[in-house]
Amino acid sequence: MRVALFITCLADQFYAEAGVATVRLLRALGVEVDFPKEQTCCGQPAFNAGHWKEARSLAQRTLGIFQDAEYVVLPSGSCASMVKNHYLELLPGDGEALGLSEKTYELSQFLVRVLGVTELGKGLKGKKIAYHHGCHALRELGVKEEPLLLLKNSGAEILPWEAAEECCGFGGLFSVKLPEVSLAMADRKISTLPKADALTSTDAGCLLHLTGRMGKQGRNMRVVPLATLLWEAYAG
Amino acid sequence: MQVKAKLYPKEAARLLREHPGVREAVTGATLHFEEGRKRAYQEIDAEAWRERAKRVKDHLLTHLDHYLELAEKRLQEKGVQVHWAEDPEEAHRILREIVARHGVKRVVKAKSMLTEELGVNPLLESLGVEVYETDLGEYLIQLLGEPPSHIVGPAIHLALPDIQRLFHQRFGTPLDASPEALAAVARKVLREAFLTADLGISGANFLVAETGTLALMENEGNIRLSTSLPRVHVAFVGIEKLLPRFADLALFLPLTARAATGQRLSTYVSLIQGPAKEGEEGPKEVHVVLVDHGRTSLLHDPEAWEVLRCLRCGACLNACPVYRQTGGHPYGYVYSGPIGAVLDPGLLGLEDTYPLPYASTLCGACYEACPVKIPIPKLLLTWRQRAVERGLVPTWEKGAMQAFSKVMQSPSLYRLFSKALRGLPLPQDLLPLLKAWTEGRGPLRPSPKPFHELWQELNKE
Repeated sequence: MRVALFITCLADQFYAEAGVATVRLLRALGVEVDFPKEQTCCGQPAFNAGHWKEARSLAQRTLGIFQDAEYVVLPSGSCASMVKNHYLELLPGDGEALGLSEKTYELSQFLVRVLGVTELGKGLKGKKIAYHHGCHALRELGVKEEPLLLLKNSGAEILPWEAAEECCGFGGLFSVKLPEVSLAMADRKISTLPKADALTSTDAGCLLHLTGRMGKQGRNMRVVPLATLLWEAYAG
Repeated sequence: MQVKAKLYPKEAARLLREHPGVREAVTGATLHFEEGRKRAYQEIDAEAWRERAKRVKDHLLTHLDHYLELAEKRLQEKGVQVHWAEDPEEAHRILREIVARHGVKRVVKAKSMLTEELGVNPLLESLGVEVYETDLGEYLIQLLGEPPSHIVGPAIHLALPDIQRLFHQRFGTPLDASPEALAAVARKVLREAFLTADLGISGANFLVAETGTLALMENEGNIRLSTSLPRVHVAFVGIEKLLPRFADLALFLPLTARAATGQRLSTYVSLIQGPAKEGEEGPKEVHVVLVDHGRTSLLHDPEAWEVLRCLRCGACLNACPVYRQTGGHPYGYVYSGPIGAVLDPGLLGLEDTYPLPYASTLCGACYEACPVKIPIPKLLLTWRQRAVERGLVPTWEKGAMQAFSKVMQSPSLYRLFSKALRGLPLPQDLLPLLKAWTEGRGPLRPSPKPFHELWQELNKE
C-alpha cells in the first residue's frame, strides 16, 4: 500500500515534527510513503474567505499533484475536508476532484478506517490528554472517535473538557479579521482546559492559535499535534 | 430599524473591551439553552424531524404563491382583514390607518422580530401612542432604549445587577431586589397596560394556509393577553412564516420549542381563528399584515433562498461560539448570530451588511442546531464569495490573497517564503496581518526546519 503525504502548508512550516511522525508511523505500519515535492497549500484560506478564483487555481494544481496517488493522507482535519468536501464545490462535476475526494483521509481516520488499526502501542501509558476536536474534523469529516480510540488504546487518559467540541476561534483569516473575538474564543477554551500532560488536536491552525494565546497568558502546557502523539504511542 | 451592520468588527471589539459582563451573561445563557436543545434533540429522532420540517418548508417556499392566496382566502372567510405590505412604509401606512380609525391611545405588544424590522414602535411613538412591550425581556430593553440582542431572549446580554439598577431608577425598587420582586413590579405595570390597551400587536410563529390559523408560542402568557384583551388585534406575518396544513403544527410546534429552549412544547400555544363572534370574548377586529420586505427577491436567489426556512428559534445563536462572545448588538440589525449573517445580506443587500458573513469561523455548530437544516456555513461562503466579487473586502485582504496565491502556485516561491519566514524575524510586526496575529498570541515560531527539508533526512533512515 502506498500513501502520498500531503503535509499541508501550516504543518510544513510550524509543525514539521508532525510530518516526521506521520511518515515514521505509516512506515512502521508497513505503508510506503511518498512526498510529492510540488505540493504547497490546498487553498483553504482563500476558499474560506470567499476568494474562490485563487482557491480554484490552487485546487486544480493540487489535483494534478495527487492524481496518481493510491491514498492521500493529511495530518490535518480541515485541509482533509477541504480536499475531500470543498474541492467538489469549487470544481463541480470534475471527475478528478471526485477521484481525489474518495482517496483522501485525515491521518487518524486513515489508520482506523482504512488500515483497521486501533492499537498502536502503549507509549502513552498514564498520560493525561486534553483533546481539542477541530471543527472540520469533527463536523465535516465526522472524525470524532478515531483519535480518541487510538489515544486511549495506547494507555492515555482523555480528560473531560466541557469545551472540547467548541471552536477555538482560529478560523483562518477570521483570526486576523476579527482578532478580538477570535481571542475571546481562545480564552474560553483555555479557561476551561483541564490540567493535562498535553493538549492535542488534528489541526495545526488551532494549535498555533491556542499555543500562542496560552504563551501570552503564561500558561505552560505541552501542545502537540496528534500525529506526534500517535508516533509516541507506537514508539514509546 | 436602522442598519449598522457595517460597524460589526469595531463594535464587537469595543463591546469586548468596554463591557466584559455582556460576554459572561451571553455565554452563560446560551450554553444553558444549547445544553437544553441537545438534550431535547436526543429524546427524539432529531434527524428525521429536521429532515421532515425542511421538506415541508421547502414545499411551502416553492409553492408560496399558492399558499399565500389560500391563506388570504381562509383568513377572510373567518372575518380577518388581510393586508399586504411590500416594505416598512406600506406596513406603516396600514398601521397608521388602523390606529386613526380606532383612536388608539395605548398598544400592548407581543415580542416580534418582524415588528422590530419594520420599526413599529418608533412609528407608534411618533403618532403619540403609548407602546408597552409585554415580553419581560423585551420590556426591559424597551425601558433601556436598546434593540433586542437575541431572537428569543432579547435581554440575554443583561445580568441581574443591570436589571436591579434599571428598576431602581425607574420604579424605586431596592438595588438588591430579588428577581421575583422585579418581575412582580413589571407584572403590575403590564397588567394595567393589558387592561387598558386599545390595540394588541403581535407577530406569528406560523400561519396555517389550509385553515387561516395564526399560531403563537410563548412561556409568559403575555402573547395570549396581548392578542385577546384589546378590542383590535394586528398580527404582522412575514410571508415565509406560512405552513401548508394544520397538521404540520404537530411537527413544527414541538420542534421549534425543542430547538429554541429545549422544551417539549412552549408553556402557551395560542391558535387564533379570527375575531370574536357575537357573544364571544376577544378582539372584535383582527388584521393580518403579510409582509414581504425583501423576502420575495431572496426567494428568487438560487444560492441564498434556503435561509427563508428559518423559524426564528435562535438555536443557531445559542450554538455559535462567535455570537457567544458579544451577543447580538454588534451585528447592527434585528437578526444577529449565524442566521443574521446569512439573512441580513439577503433582506437588506450585501453592500450594507458586508462584514456579517465573515462573523463566523465556519465551525458548523449552527447547522447541527438548526431545526430546518439551513446550510448556514454554505450560505456564509456564498455571501463571502459575492463580497469578494463585488469588491467589498478591504484592499489589504485582496492584495494578501493574490500574493498568497502567487506564492502557493510556485514551489520555488514557496521555498523562498519558507526561508524568509525563518530568516527575517523583525519585519513581521510591520505587516498589519501579522500584527493582528502577534498582538494577542506572541510571535510566530516556525519549526527550525520545514518538513519538506526534513523529508530528505527521513529518506536516509
